[in-house]
Amino acid sequence: MEPVVRCEGLWKTFRIPVDRALTFKQRVLAPRHHRATRELNAVRDVSFEVRSGEFFGVIGANGSGKSTLLMCLAGIYLPDRGRVAVAGRISPFIELGVGFNGELPALDNVVVNGALLGLSPAEARRRFPAIVEFAELEDFVDLKLKNYSSGMLVRLGFSAAIQAEADVYLCDEVLAVGDVRFQQKCFDTFRRFKREGRTVVFVSHDLASVERFCDRALLLEHGEAVALGEPSDVVQEYRGHAFLEAPPETDSTGSPIRWGDRSAEIVEASLHDDAGNDVTVVEQGDWVTLRVLVQFHRRHENPIFGAIVKTEQAHHAFVTNTMFDACRTGTFEPTDHGVYSVRFQALLAEGPYTVSPAVAYEDANRFADWREDFLSLRVNGRLTSGGIVDLPHESTVESVVHETTVA
Amino acid sequence: MSASTPGVRLDTPELRRRSTAPELRRFVYITRSLAVMEFKLRYFGSFLGYLWTLFRPLLLFGVLYLVFTRIIRLGDDVPHYPVVLLIGIVLWAFFADATNSSLPSLVARESLLRKLSFPRLAIPVAATATPAANLVLGFGVVLVLAVVNGVSVSATWLYVVPIMLGTIVFAIGLGLLLSVLFVRFRDLQPIWEIALQLVFWASPIIYTIDFVPEQYRQYVLWNPFAAAVQETRHQVVGAGSPSVADVMGSLYEVLIPVGIAAAVCVLGFLTFRRLSGRVAEDL
Repeated sequence: MEPVVRCEGLWKTFRIPVDRALTFKQRVLAPRHHRATRELNAVRDVSFEVRSGEFFGVIGANGSGKSTLLMCLAGIYLPDRGRVAVAGRISPFIELGVGFNGELPALDNVVVNGALLGLSPAEARRRFPAIVEFAELEDFVDLKLKNYSSGMLVRLGFSAAIQAEADVYLCDEVLAVGDVRFQQKCFDTFRRFKREGRTVVFVSHDLASVERFCDRALLLEHGEAVALGEPSDVVQEYRGHAFLEAPPETDSTGSPIRWGDRSAEIVEASLHDDAGNDVTVVEQGDWVTLRVLVQFHRRHENPIFGAIVKTEQAHHAFVTNTMFDACRTGTFEPTDHGVYSVRFQALLAEGPYTVSPAVAYEDANRFADWREDFLSLRVNGRLTSGGIVDLPHESTVESVVHETTVA
Repeated sequence: MSASTPGVRLDTPELRRRSTAPELRRFVYITRSLAVMEFKLRYFGSFLGYLWTLFRPLLLFGVLYLVFTRIIRLGDDVPHYPVVLLIGIVLWAFFADATNSSLPSLVARESLLRKLSFPRLAIPVAATATPAANLVLGFGVVLVLAVVNGVSVSATWLYVVPIMLGTIVFAIGLGLLLSVLFVRFRDLQPIWEIALQLVFWASPIIYTIDFVPEQYRQYVLWNPFAAAVQETRHQVVGAGSPSVADVMGSLYEVLIPVGIAAAVCVLGFLTFRRLSGRVAEDL
C-alpha cells in the first residue's frame, strides 16, 4: 500500500527565551540580555510511514512530543530538520470546534469551521442538517454557542470535523470527550472510516482504545521514537518503562509540591506487594501496602498519618488516615522514627495514579509534612471502564414475560 | 482512497506541495467566512447595527464642517468644501479602520493559528473586508452629497473605482506588515496610533492641498494615502481640486506615491510570507 503520511528524520526544536523580549523598549534597553535561550528538542529524528487506510496510534507520556509531532503533520509547525509529507486533505482534530465563536449560532460557526477544513460555505450549509443531527443538537440550533454546554460544543465540533470529508484525520485525544453514548458514536464513526479506507493518526493516553483500534502504534519517549509496531507490543512496552520515569508533579520552581512545618518529615515512602517486593505497577485486585517512614524533630502526641490516592485527573480515588480509622498513634519524641503502613486492595480502574502521603498534628488542622504526588502507581486492568474504581460486582439479566392482565 | 483526493503527489521533494487550485479556493472560503463572521459580530445585537458605521464618519464630518465653515472659515473659499471634506473623512475612516483591525488580527486569532494549518493571509485580509465594505458605502454618500452640493455628474467619477481599489490594496499590504510584526513587537499598537495621527494631519483631509505652501505640496503627495485623497477629490469635483499630476508637476512624478504604495505592499507580502510560517510558534 502506498504511504499517505511520510515522516522522515523529523526534528523540531523550540528555542525558549529565558526572558522573552516582547517590546522595542526591552530590545533597545537590553539588546544582549534577552538573547539567552534554552533549547528544547520536542521531536528528535522521528521517522515513520502511515499507509492508506491505516489506523496509526501515537502514545507516550506527557511531554514526550506527541502533540508536537501531530502539529508538524498538520502543518502548523514547520520542521527544523527532516521531512513531512501528507497526501490528500487533512482534517486535524487537534482541537474540536476550531474557530467557534460564542456570540454566533451554530450555523455561522459551522460555516467558518467548514471553510477552515476546506468546505465551501454552500457545501457547509448543505451539510449543516446532518451535522446537527449527528451532534443531537436539533433543538438548540438557534442558540448562540456561548449558551451551549461544553459537551454540546464538543459534539458539534466533532460532527463538523467528520463531515469535512478528509483523507487523513489527525486526532489528539478526541475520544476523551462526551458522554459514553456519544463516545460510542465516535467509535462507530471511526469504524466506518476504517471500512472506507480512510487514514487516521490517533494520539491518545487511552491505551485500551489504541490497542482496540489501531493497526500499528508508535511510542515516543523524550521526543524519540522508541517503539513502532503492533499496538499490543508497543502498549506493553509503554506500560513497562515509560510510566515509571514520569516525573512527579512539580510547582513553579520545579520541585515537587510539599508543605507543612516539617516538625516531622516524611523521609521515605514505598509500595509493596504481599511478598514484600517494591512495586509501582500492580494488577487490578492485588493487595498493596504503602509504607511511609517518618522522622520526628519535635515531640508529637497522636499525630495523624494518612495518604491520598489520586487519579491522573487529580480525583481522589481513595483517602485514608489514622484519624478516620480511630487509631491512636502514640507519642513520638524528637529523633524518633515512625513507620506508617496501610494495606489496601487495588480495586481501582486501569490507569495511572499518584500517592500523596502526609503527617498532621493531632488536631488535624496543621500539617507537619505533606508530599503531594510522592509516589506513582499504575493499575493494569482488563479494560478502561471510565470509572475510578472497579467494584466487585455481579450482573444478571432476566427476561420478564409481560403478563396481560385480564379484567 | 476517496475520490475527493486533490492531485497531490507524495514523492515531490518539497515538504508539502499541494496543487494551488484547491489551496486558493480554500483561501477564498476562509477569507470570506471570516469576513462575514467579523461583520456579523460587529453589527449584530446593536440596535442601529450597520447604521453606526455611517453615523460615526458623518458625525465627524458635521463637527469639522461646522468648525471650518463657521468658526475658522477655512472652507469658505474652497469650491464644494463639504464634498471635499467628506471624501477626506471617508477615505480616512477606511484607512484608519482597516489598519487598526488588521494590526491585532493575527494575535487575536491565536487559537485558530495554533490549531490549524491554513493560508495565514486570510486573517488580515478578512479583517480589511468590513472597512472596505464601509468605504464603498461611504462613497455612495459622497456621491449623493456631491449631487446635492451642485457638482455636475461626470464620467470621471468612474475613476474613483480604481483609486479606491488601489487604496484598499495599499491598506491590505500595510496591514500584512503590521499584523505579522505585531506578533513579535507588542509595542506596535501604540506606535501605530501615533503614526496614524501624523498621517491624519499630514494629509489633505480637513484642509486642501492649496493651503500647503507651494514648495512642500509635492512632498505631501509622496504619501500614497494623501495622493489617493487628492486624486479622488479631483475626479469627483473636477477643476476645483487639482489632480496629483498637476500638483507634482508631471505625470511621471505620480509614480512616486504609486511606487511607494507598491513597495509597501511588496514588503508587507514578503515579510508576511517569511514570518507567518512560524507565527504559531511565536504566539
